[in-house]
Amino acid sequence: MSYLEYSVKTVPTGLSKVLYVNWALVILLATVSSIGFLMLYSVAGGSMEPWAEPQLERFALGVVVMFSVAFTPIWFWRNMAGLSYLVGLALLVLVMLVGTVGMGAQRWINLGFMRLQPSEVMKIALVMMLAAYYDWLDPKKVSRPFWVLVPVVLIIVPTILVLKQPDLGTAILLLLGGAVVMFCAGVSLWYFGGVAALGTGLITLVMMSRGKPWQLLKDYQFKRIDIFMDPGSDPLGAGYHIMQAKIALGSGGWAGRGYLQGTQSRLNFLPEKQTDFIFTTLGEEFGFVGAISLLVLYVLIVAFCISAAMQTKDRFSSLLILGVAATFFFYFAVNMAMVMGLAPVVGVPLPLVSYGGSAMLVLLGAFGLVQSAHIHKPRGR
Amino acid sequence: MRRSTHDTDASARKVTRRALLLGGAQVAVVAGLGLRMRYMQIVESGKYRMLADENRINIRLIPPARGLIFDRNGILLAGNEQNYSVTIVREDAGDNVREVLNRLKDLIPVTDEDIESTIHEMKRRSPFVPITVADRLSWEDLSRVAVNGPALPGISPSVGLSRHYPLDKDLAHVVGYVGPVSERDLKRYADPDPVLQIPKFQIGKSGVEQKLEDRLRGKAGTKQLEVNAVGRVMRELSRTPPTPGDNVQLTVNAALQDFLHARLGNQAAAAVVMDLANGDLLAVGSSPSFDPNLFVRGISYQDYDRLLNNDHRPLVDKSVAGTYPPGSTFKIITGMAALEAGKLDPKEIIYCPGYVQLGNRRFHCWKHSGHGKVDLNKSLAQSCDVYYYEVSQRVGIDAISAMANKMGLGERPDLPMSAIAEGLTPTKAWKRRVHKRDWLVGDTLNSAIGQGYVLASPLQLAVMAGRIATGRAIQPRLVRSINGVEQPVHPAPPMDFKAFAADGVRGGLFSVVNGIHGTAHFARIETEGMTMAGKTGTSQVFSITAAERARGLVKNADLPWNRRDHGLFVAFAPFDNPRYSLSVVIEHSGSSHPAAAIARDLMLQTLYGGLPPLSAYPAYQRNEMKAAQDALQLRDLAPAPTPARTRA
Repeated sequence: MSYLEYSVKTVPTGLSKVLYVNWALVILLATVSSIGFLMLYSVAGGSMEPWAEPQLERFALGVVVMFSVAFTPIWFWRNMAGLSYLVGLALLVLVMLVGTVGMGAQRWINLGFMRLQPSEVMKIALVMMLAAYYDWLDPKKVSRPFWVLVPVVLIIVPTILVLKQPDLGTAILLLLGGAVVMFCAGVSLWYFGGVAALGTGLITLVMMSRGKPWQLLKDYQFKRIDIFMDPGSDPLGAGYHIMQAKIALGSGGWAGRGYLQGTQSRLNFLPEKQTDFIFTTLGEEFGFVGAISLLVLYVLIVAFCISAAMQTKDRFSSLLILGVAATFFFYFAVNMAMVMGLAPVVGVPLPLVSYGGSAMLVLLGAFGLVQSAHIHKPRGR
Repeated sequence: MRRSTHDTDASARKVTRRALLLGGAQVAVVAGLGLRMRYMQIVESGKYRMLADENRINIRLIPPARGLIFDRNGILLAGNEQNYSVTIVREDAGDNVREVLNRLKDLIPVTDEDIESTIHEMKRRSPFVPITVADRLSWEDLSRVAVNGPALPGISPSVGLSRHYPLDKDLAHVVGYVGPVSERDLKRYADPDPVLQIPKFQIGKSGVEQKLEDRLRGKAGTKQLEVNAVGRVMRELSRTPPTPGDNVQLTVNAALQDFLHARLGNQAAAAVVMDLANGDLLAVGSSPSFDPNLFVRGISYQDYDRLLNNDHRPLVDKSVAGTYPPGSTFKIITGMAALEAGKLDPKEIIYCPGYVQLGNRRFHCWKHSGHGKVDLNKSLAQSCDVYYYEVSQRVGIDAISAMANKMGLGERPDLPMSAIAEGLTPTKAWKRRVHKRDWLVGDTLNSAIGQGYVLASPLQLAVMAGRIATGRAIQPRLVRSINGVEQPVHPAPPMDFKAFAADGVRGGLFSVVNGIHGTAHFARIETEGMTMAGKTGTSQVFSITAAERARGLVKNADLPWNRRDHGLFVAFAPFDNPRYSLSVVIEHSGSSHPAAAIARDLMLQTLYGGLPPLSAYPAYQRNEMKAAQDALQLRDLAPAPTPARTRA
């Protein structure tokens, strides 16, 4: 069913849209973001500078973006899908040419008022593109090889561009996000089985490329994998980050050491404490109770999204929502697994909590899309 | 683009089904994350909490103040001196560290090398670590730095403790010295005290400082500091004060020790004075000596080389580590052995023709013309060798050795001093074991007059003199009290000598000094009730060769210094009620006279507790003695106010 068939009367218009906003989701997002402000205030040693205040400003901007997107009809966004995908690709190419180098990677385009990370934009643009693609495609054809190949190419191209920056974390999120949309669209499970087999082969290939002229990952990435396998092998070198992160998290205990009392972050033992490792400070200061609470909040956000996706009969909307929810899920799942020593350190921030403008804006924008789909879903049939 | 309702419904259902599958997978992942959180934060939280504390808490040791060492009268022998130094912290010094250091150079003695090494050190350390620029500054230097503080950013004065020996060379061998902990020291202690890891921490390297290290060192205090990831101290969490080391009081009398050193001068010599009431060593000196403070500061290569290559061997403690053939002083033992064995009557006359013929070898008496008829008293007073050649053959070497051991020779006294020598009292079995040859009668003859294999240290000779004087097995003691607790006096059981034997030998020793023909008659004490008895000894360093013997008697004065005979003297006084015994050994002095002269001065000094009146000397010597006394340079030693801890 496409939007052309909607009975326009059933879709809220004007100010009445406010009533159809999924406010529970908005409140959850605001709560999680507030936890982020609290933690950024804490890791700065009890100061709004240099992280909490900019993060608040971006959140304010992000909320404006979210509602702007939310109140724009979902069909507009479906039409925009192709364009945003192309813009995303263009930005990825651009960042390779003029991007700012930071932490060994070329990730940012300086826009003057903020540094844009095109890979963050691409995560949502890809989900939009794939949702639109499957909305357009006859559901009977989804498992035909050619029609499977098209979305695969759509996923692979930006993934390779991101991998070249190099940004392994985002590349993985792109792959997983895209795969989830394909999965939800009903692509035959055989393909996924095949990809899993292929992936195993690819991993073998990547590991074999080590030390060869055609090495597929940078040395530091291989090192991270080594250290993930055995963090004790280099406790003062590259394994230091993982060890210190685990110490911070583990030393929190049941109820934590108290807000602003985390010695690991306050005494600078934690690496990148305001970004990828912020969860460890939360775990240190608020303990198991705090950490599990944040996890529950995240799960609730995802659950609300999945529920919203199942309520709408619009194929684009539901796939888009599922794609956004899955991307969001992978964000926090990979980040938490990483800081808890369950996954290699690949550089994935904790969504809405880690310091970072692009991710905040893009995520809130993405939830704007979810809201838009929710507000503009066909009702009363 | 129109699709049937059925189709869309079917595809929507498929989406829902897949979404639920996806949700299920996500629930599984979330469960995994939650379990991991529970495992880390609840099950293993203790371990991580500990690791976090290890991260942030840095325990620094506070070095304890080393125990003080006093003499028997409370005069400080080893103390702790304030050591003023100046340190610089790079991050506080501003941009131009060199300029700050150059400004400092105008105020206190700092060399360009000091500045270079400071800057070099700074580059290797974190910017907040204080680095010592100059050490051992005077209080004036320090105040000059303090006053100019504003012009010297990052520079701060600091105070530490370092060991100081106020009597420098007087007790260098007894008290010893401290020095920085070496790798070898660390290996030697099975359970190294963490305090040893403190940079520049000093421990005893020799003498009492080394032997009583465990008591003197004290216990380190600790302060727990919270540090951040780069090691900067954030705050002090807690502090346990250090326990200072125990104060040690020695039996030594610093004033007597000072006199001993003044009297020995720069000769290669050693002397020991012992209190016969309890075995207290009142003076144990070896000269030439050295300034132990040099070692504390870190001795320069030139200074060390000078000490090492000096042919008078200042670094060796000749009083306990030096062993010498005891020469004629050993006749006390040979005589006692024969008397105790019943092989000799004190009144028996033995004829001395000046030599003894043994096979084709002739053993000379030191008096080639011979002593004629000799009894025990005369044999000691005039030190007749032939008498003892004869006596020793009757009693045999093993009995002589046993007597020597009984007198304290050939055994290592239990004293907290470095390198205490055992000496040597040879037996037949010993020669067979060590030299793989049988004992010869000639060996017995040599041993009888304290030559040949016999070796004894000045300390052992003083003990021997004390034992023959009292007839009790006195043992020397060096430590009087530790931390105010009196140290036990070694028991001195009677040695059960036969009265006629001991009295006979003592009578002979009386005649050595007081008899008109005694070998040390010039060294008598005139004061009533302070009569000294003793025994002279000269011991050959090299045996005189046949060629030299053929040329006739070689005068010692004609020999190079290091081939001349050692001169020895052992004594006790007063004769009627012996209170002190002593020994003096002067290397290569050629004769026993210098040793006897010093022994008398030392004995008088001990008996009077200061310089004796001239009436103590024979009348004809008094002018000479007056001049000698005036020439002596003695310290003015006032007992220091003793800290309360040293009193019981």
